[in-house]
Amino acid sequence: MKLLERYAPVAGEDVIGPLQQLGEHLRGRKVVHVNSTRVGGGVAEILAKLVPLKRELGIDATWEVIEGDQDFYKTTKSMHNALQGSSAFISTEQLRTYESTNERNAGALRDKLEDADFVFIHDPQPAPLLRMIPKRRGKWVWRCHIDVSRPDRHVWKYLRGFVSDYDASIFSLAAFSQELPHTQYVIPPSIDPLSDKNVPLSDDEIDETCSEFGLDRERDTIVQVSRFDRFKDPVGVIAAYRLAKKFSPGLQLVLAGGGATDDPEGEVVLEETRAAAGGDTDIHILVLPPDAHRRINALQRTANVVLQKSTREGFGLTVAEGMWKGKPVIGGDVGGIRLQIVNHHTGFLVATPEGAALRIRYLLHHPDVLENMGEKARLLVRNNFLLTRHLREYLTVMASLLHGAGDRMELF
Amino acid sequence: MTRRQAAVRIGGPRRSVRCLFTHQAREPGGNIEKKQPYSPAGPFEVRDCALAAIATGRSAQNLKELRDELRDVDEASIYFHFWGGLLRPTFDDPSYNNDFARWSHDVLHNNALAERLSVIDPTDYADLEGLRSALIEVIEDELDESDSPPWASRENRFLFIRSRIVIFDSGIVVTDPKELPRAVSEMSQSSVFYHFIDARRRTPRGVDDFSTWLTDLDADAHLELCTELAGIDPYYGTLDETKRNVSAVLRRFLAEDAAL
Repeated sequence: MKLLERYAPVAGEDVIGPLQQLGEHLRGRKVVHVNSTRVGGGVAEILAKLVPLKRELGIDATWEVIEGDQDFYKTTKSMHNALQGSSAFISTEQLRTYESTNERNAGALRDKLEDADFVFIHDPQPAPLLRMIPKRRGKWVWRCHIDVSRPDRHVWKYLRGFVSDYDASIFSLAAFSQELPHTQYVIPPSIDPLSDKNVPLSDDEIDETCSEFGLDRERDTIVQVSRFDRFKDPVGVIAAYRLAKKFSPGLQLVLAGGGATDDPEGEVVLEETRAAAGGDTDIHILVLPPDAHRRINALQRTANVVLQKSTREGFGLTVAEGMWKGKPVIGGDVGGIRLQIVNHHTGFLVATPEGAALRIRYLLHHPDVLENMGEKARLLVRNNFLLTRHLREYLTVMASLLHGAGDRMELF
Repeated sequence: MTRRQAAVRIGGPRRSVRCLFTHQAREPGGNIEKKQPYSPAGPFEVRDCALAAIATGRSAQNLKELRDELRDVDEASIYFHFWGGLLRPTFDDPSYNNDFARWSHDVLHNNALAERLSVIDPTDYADLEGLRSALIEVIEDELDESDSPPWASRENRFLFIRSRIVIFDSGIVVTDPKELPRAVSEMSQSSVFYHFIDARRRTPRGVDDFSTWLTDLDADAHLELCTELAGIDPYYGTLDETKRNVSAVLRRFLAEDAAL
C-alpha cells in the first residue's frame, strides 16, 4: 500500500483525493527542505514524513541538514532563546561563526539549492543560506517554527537582514508574524498519526514501558514530554504535581525529554529539574534517546492527563500528540498551545503551576469529564492537526507562489 | 458520476491558471463577470479548494482600532474572517458566525455588540464592500454609545488575516442529478465549502452551486429541492454537519431508489 493511502483510514477517506489533485500541479518540481538536525525536535519529525509524501505525489522533494560545531549550535540556541523573548548575549565572534558555518554549508549545497524550484529554510539556523546562493532560480521560503511574537529586537533586526530577501515566510500563528516585505503565510504544524510516536500500541507494550521505568499503571499518572528547556517549565510542572499530590497521594509524574543535537542548554535545565525533584521517587525524570518514539507513545498513553506547561511555545506538538491519544491536555496559555486546546473542551489553558494543579485535581476527581474531554481532543486533532492537513497547506503555498498574486486562483 | 484520470485532465496541455481578484469578480451592478464553474447545460464538475491564510500585520486592541482597520483592510481579509472560520479548528457549534463577533464576545466581553455583529448575513450584500460598510456601521453605533471602549491585551488583540483561495479540479464529474447525493456524501469538506458556501458570493444568484446547476437543468422540477437547500444555514455548525444536511436533502429529492 502506498504511504498516502495508509493515511486514509485515520485521517478520513476524503482527504487523500485533494492532495493528489493539488500535487498534480506541482509534479516534477524540485523542492529542497533545509534544517539543522536530522533527529530530535518537532521539525525533524515533520520533515521525516512530509518529504516522502511529497515525493509520492510526484514532487521531487529532498531534505538537507546543515552541519555545524558546538559553537554554532550554542550561538543558534542563544538566538532561538532571544527570538522567543529571553535575554541573550550573542558576541560578534559568535555571529561570525554563524555566518561562516552557513557559508560552508552553502558551498556544500550550492548545486541543489541553485537548481531547486522551491527551497524551504526551516528556522534561524540556515537562514543566511539565501544570501549565499546568488544564482538561485526558485522560490525561497523561510519557515519559522518558533514563537517570535516578542523577539529580542537586536537579534530579530540582525536575522531580519537575512530573512527579508525571501519570497515568502511561513509562521505557525498570525501572532508570530513580523514586519517583512513579503507574503507571510500562516500554517500550524501537525503530527503524524502513522509514526511510532502516535500509532496505537498494545497493552503489553505499554506495560513493558511502564515496568522499564518503574511506573505503576494502577496509579494516576501525569506526563509531560518535552526537551529540558526553561520555556517548557519542567520545574513549574513539579510544583504543580506537588500541589495536586496532596489530594491524589498516589499520583506519579513523568517528565520525559529527548535531546536534540542543536540544544546544548538541555543539560543545565535537566540538572535544575533533578534538583527540584529532590528525592521524590514518584517523580520520574527520563532522558530518552531521540529514537525512543514508541516509549514516548506508551508514556503518553499511560497518562491520565498530559501536560505541556510551556511559558513560551512555537506550537507544542506534544499537545496534539497527547490529544490524539484521547487525553485531555493542560497547557500553558501561550503560542500554538492556545490553538490546540479548546479551553474547557479538550483540556485547560493555565498560566501558573497553581492553575495546572487545580485542573489536574479537577480531572482526576471527575473521570467522566476526563474521558469526554479526551474523546473531543482526539476528534479535534483528527480534523485539524494531522500531517495530511499540513501537507495540503504546503502544496497550497507552493501553488500560490508559482501562480502569483490575487486572492483567488483557479488551477485548471 | 465519473472520476477522470487526473493525468489526462489536469496534467495535460490544457492546464491553465487564472488569478482572479475579488473586486473583479462582479461587474458594476453586481453581476458576475465570469467564473461559472461549469456550463449551465453541461455536467457538474466537482471542484475543491484550499485556503491559504496570510498574516496582514494589521491588528486592533479596541473597537476604535477595529473600525479604523476595517476601513482599509483588504477585502480578502473580510472574506477570511467571515468564511475562513469554517475551515479552521473548531469544536463545539460556534456561538457567533464571524471572527469580529467572536472577538467582541470572547475578548471585549461585549455580548450586545457580538450579537449585532453576528446577525450580519454576508449573503445580504452584493459584494464585500457592502459587507465592510455594514460591519463598520454596527461598530460605529457601538462607539457612539460607549464612553471608554475596553482594551484587549496585546496577546488577545484582533489579528487581521487575509485568505488566498486556490481552486482545483477534483476529477469528479456528475452528469445525472441522481448521482449528486452520493457525490456530495463523498466530497471533501473543502469541496462542500467551495460549492455550498463560497458559491454564494461567486454566482449571479448568490446561491450554492448545486442549486444553480439543478435550476439550470430544470428549474420547475427542482424548485422545492432548491428551497430546502437554501434553508440550510452553513454559518453555524461544522462543515461536516453542512455536508450531512445537504446530502440528506439531495438524497430525499433525487435518489429515493438509489442504494446509498
